[in-house]
Amino acid sequence: MRTLTFAQALNEALKQEMRRDPTIYVAGEDVGVYGGIFGVTAGLLQEFGEDRVRDTPITESAIIGSAVGAAAGGLRPVAELMFIDFIGVALDQLYNQAAKMKYMFGGKARLPIVLRTTCGAGMCAAAQHSQSLEAWFMHIPGLKVVVPSTPYDAKGLLITAIRDDNPVVFIEHKMLYGMEGEVPEEPYTIPFGQADIKREGSDVTVVATMAMVHKALTAAEELAKEGISVEVVDPRTLTPLDVETIVNSVKKTRRLVVVHEAVKQGGAGGEIVASVVEEAFDYLDAPPKRVAAPFTPVPFSPVLEQAFIPSVEKIVAAVKEVVA
Amino acid sequence: MSIEPENLLWMYTTMLTIRRFEEKVGELFAVGKVPGFVHLYIGEEAVATGVCAHLRKDDYITSTHRGHGHLIAKGGDLKLMMAELFGRRTGYCKGKGGSMHIADVDLGILGANGIVGGGPPIAAGAALAAKYRGAGQVAVCFLGDGASNQGTFHEGVNLASVWKLPAIFVVENNMYGISLSQTRSMRVQDIADRAAAYDIPGFVVDGNDVIAVYEAAGEAIRRARAGEGPTLIECKTYRYRGHFEGDPMIYRTREEEEMWKAKDPIPRFQAKLLEMGVLTEAKAKEINDRIVAQVEEAVRFAEASPWPALEELLEDVYTVAA
Ligand SMILES: Cc1ncc(C[n+]2csc(CCOP(=O)(O)OP(=O)(O)O)c2C)c(N)n1
Ligand SMILES: [Mg+2]
Repeated sequence: MRTLTFAQALNEALKQEMRRDPTIYVAGEDVGVYGGIFGVTAGLLQEFGEDRVRDTPITESAIIGSAVGAAAGGLRPVAELMFIDFIGVALDQLYNQAAKMKYMFGGKARLPIVLRTTCGAGMCAAAQHSQSLEAWFMHIPGLKVVVPSTPYDAKGLLITAIRDDNPVVFIEHKMLYGMEGEVPEEPYTIPFGQADIKREGSDVTVVATMAMVHKALTAAEELAKEGISVEVVDPRTLTPLDVETIVNSVKKTRRLVVVHEAVKQGGAGGEIVASVVEEAFDYLDAPPKRVAAPFTPVPFSPVLEQAFIPSVEKIVAAVKEVVA
Repeated sequence: MSIEPENLLWMYTTMLTIRRFEEKVGELFAVGKVPGFVHLYIGEEAVATGVCAHLRKDDYITSTHRGHGHLIAKGGDLKLMMAELFGRRTGYCKGKGGSMHIADVDLGILGANGIVGGGPPIAAGAALAAKYRGAGQVAVCFLGDGASNQGTFHEGVNLASVWKLPAIFVVENNMYGISLSQTRSMRVQDIADRAAAYDIPGFVVDGNDVIAVYEAAGEAIRRARAGEGPTLIECKTYRYRGHFEGDPMIYRTREEEEMWKAKDPIPRFQAKLLEMGVLTEAKAKEINDRIVAQVEEAVRFAEASPWPALEELLEDVYTVAA
């Protein structure tokens, strides 16, 4: 099959969906002329014109808020927040407005919004351009939260997100943009709430998201040499969360390690571990472990940043602890 | 306004220091020695310089992602700056901040900022502290044309106006916020017109003329120190480099860039000083050589500096009670 980068896969999803449905438009900072600062919206302006590919001023509240209004008015906005860190400027429009409107209005609102954004450390972009904040959005009823890890998943999940009638926060780890993988040419969807078993194994379940999926796979490869069989589960969406697949995996392996790049405290890992403990406590042969970033902002210096990001070695060590 | 030769030479030296520092940072970025995002101030040196020429050490500034020039003009140490850009523990922020968060609170520099529009409310707050203490300090907020479209700009300026705070909002209008030209981001031609919405004075100045900036800033800072409230100053200028190093600059023309390079604030000011007799060619060369040596020294200092120790990752998250 043909290969694309993660960024190209997203770009193809946007183009195919925009060709299919004229109510879809894209808006955000530098998405048009520049093609997005990571190139995800490249070529959209040329194909779809200024009406459907809107360069906005630096105005995140209005980027998200106008998406809410436009969605209420029958359009399907795909808004871009250049970095997830900028959500603070605009959070109200997302969590008080977009997320709650349907419920508050007794069901009489339909808000098919996608908010695409980037997260993650690894570029020395420091404390305000490197965070992993997915857990914030998981805490808000009314939002869906998508966290792809491969080009294939990125395309399918973005198409699903665009076709979904709810506000979806679609989080792209910036260190994955250049990653290549097989991607079908035709449009396809991947259902939300369906975890993907990225590697089968029998001794321990490692649940990982986004860039950490690849580190978990590397760790699994290393551990296999030592006779430890690791199953790597990628939830792909955090809301809805496929607890069933994770729990079934743990029932088989009887051990759990959760890996994410976000800080451990208040992270998605706590939710995942708690769900497993609630549903499969009796199956566990060891206390579950979380491998996540320490409770600090993301540091700038490359040596500190690399110490901040969970490493393959830390995953390997955590797995060995739970299988010991 | 007649300006002391000493001040004129300070401004010349400061602008040239910013230029040489930024050129060096550009070179170091290109060879991978300075990681992360680097936004250079080349072309806009007259703005920070003309404003900071009036500031006391205990006055405050808030800076932006394009902050090296503000720091240098406010008295920042080149060695500590360079070490920070290299991510070393001797840097201004112990390597934790980098270019976008470089700060020196002892010099009243409340930080560069990675959030566009992060500064105006903070500057209003610093001005509130200044007014509260009554020591005659002011707070200067540097921000871009793009930042002036953020809600925080409206909120910060309005608060400073309604509380009559000693704040000066200096918009560095370089005509672009990344790829978006000013004409595509707002309908007003002059951002200074927005001052009317807050009932405060708004001036437009040629941001490539350090004397014009100096004069406008002088009046705004005089007003602030006298308790007359905030002022909005819009400096029309241009960044010569890309938005960040590595920007392909597909959104503007080479002709436009050349037109602005002909208005380069440094040769313009140098010609004026030569004509006034404040500067001679020999002295200009001497100043330049000295700056180049200082910048080289800063690079040597940064390169020789240690990386942060890994345990420092966990430090400075909270203030620990003494
Ligand atoms: C809240 C927020 N939105 C967007 C960005 C991304 N960004 C960084 S600099 C910039 C352009 C800023 O333009 P302007 O204020 O004119 O300053 P200039 O870069 O021209 O000096 C943008 C959009 C950001 N850092 N923070
Ligand atoms: Mg600008």
